[in-house]
Amino acid sequence: MQVAPPDFDRMFGALADATRRDIVRRAIDGEEGIVELAGHYPMSFAAVQKHVAILERAGLVTKERIGRRKVVRANLEGVLMVRRLLDRYEELWRSRIGRMTDLLAEDAPRAQKETDR
Amino acid sequence: MTVTAVRKDADKLTLTLDAEFEATPERVWQLWADPRQLERWWGPPSYPATFTSLELRAGGRASYFMTGPDGQLTPLGYWEIVTAEPPRRIEMIDGFANADGSPNEEMPGPGAMNVTIEPIGEGRTRMSIENIFPDATAMEQLLAMGQEEGLTEAVGQIDAILAEDTIATAGDRR
Repeated sequence: MQVAPPDFDRMFGALADATRRDIVRRAIDGEEGIVELAGHYPMSFAAVQKHVAILERAGLVTKERIGRRKVVRANLEGVLMVRRLLDRYEELWRSRIGRMTDLLAEDAPRAQKETDR
Repeated sequence: MTVTAVRKDADKLTLTLDAEFEATPERVWQLWADPRQLERWWGPPSYPATFTSLELRAGGRASYFMTGPDGQLTPLGYWEIVTAEPPRRIEMIDGFANADGSPNEEMPGPGAMNVTIEPIGEGRTRMSIENIFPDATAMEQLLAMGQEEGLTEAVGQIDAILAEDTIATAGDRR
C-alpha cells in the first residue's frame, strides 16, 4: 500500500489555472526568466511572479541561474506525476473493460454473428 | 479496442471512458448487478475482488476486498448506491470501509462513480464510466488498492507533455 506524498494536492491545485499551465509549457524550454514570461500575459509582473511561486512550491518548476539571469524551468518529473495518476486510472479501466468484453464474449456468440456483416 | 473515448481532466480530477460492447444494455447491466460477474472483472487476475455484499438499488450498499498474489487482503472498499435505474444508470460513492462496512474516516475520502449504459443499435451498447476523485491522495490510494498488472509507465509521456495543452485537458484519446 503506498500513500501519495502530500505534494500531489498542491500539484493539482497549481495546475488548476490556465496561466500557470501556460507557464509550465513555456518553462519546458526553460529559456525565459520571469520578466520574459510576464511579457506573454496581460497581467502585472508581480502577478506572474506569484504564479511562478505557486508552481515552484508545487515542485512543478524551478528557478535556475544561468550566468546573471534566472530562468524558470519545468520540473518534468513533477509534471509527469500528475498525468501519470490519470494515465494509470485509464489503464486500470481499459483492463477492466477488456475483462468485461471477454466475459460478454463467453455468452454472446449469437449477438456477435448478428453484427458481422 | 472496445474503449472508444477517454477524457481526462487534471483540473477537475475526473476520468471518463466510453466503451462499446456487443451486447444489450440488460446484459451489460448484469456485469454490475451480479456479484459473481462483477468479481470477474473488477479486480485484475492477480488481485481478484470478492464482493461480500451487493445491493444495486438506490440507498443500497456493497462491500468488497481484493486478494493480492501473496494472499494479503486489501482494505475493505464500499459502494453507496445513490441511483440505480436498470439497465441505464448507476451513480455511486466508492470509498474505503471499516471492518463493519462503515466509511473509514482515516483513509482518503470517497470518490464518485457514474455509469451510463445506452443502446446504440445493432444489438450494441455504449457504457460510459465517470470517475470523480476527491483529491490526488485518494487517487493514489485507490490505485494502490486496484493494483493493476503491468502498470508500466507509458513511454513517450514526455512527448505528450510537450504536445499542446496536454497538461490542461489531456485531450481525448482513441
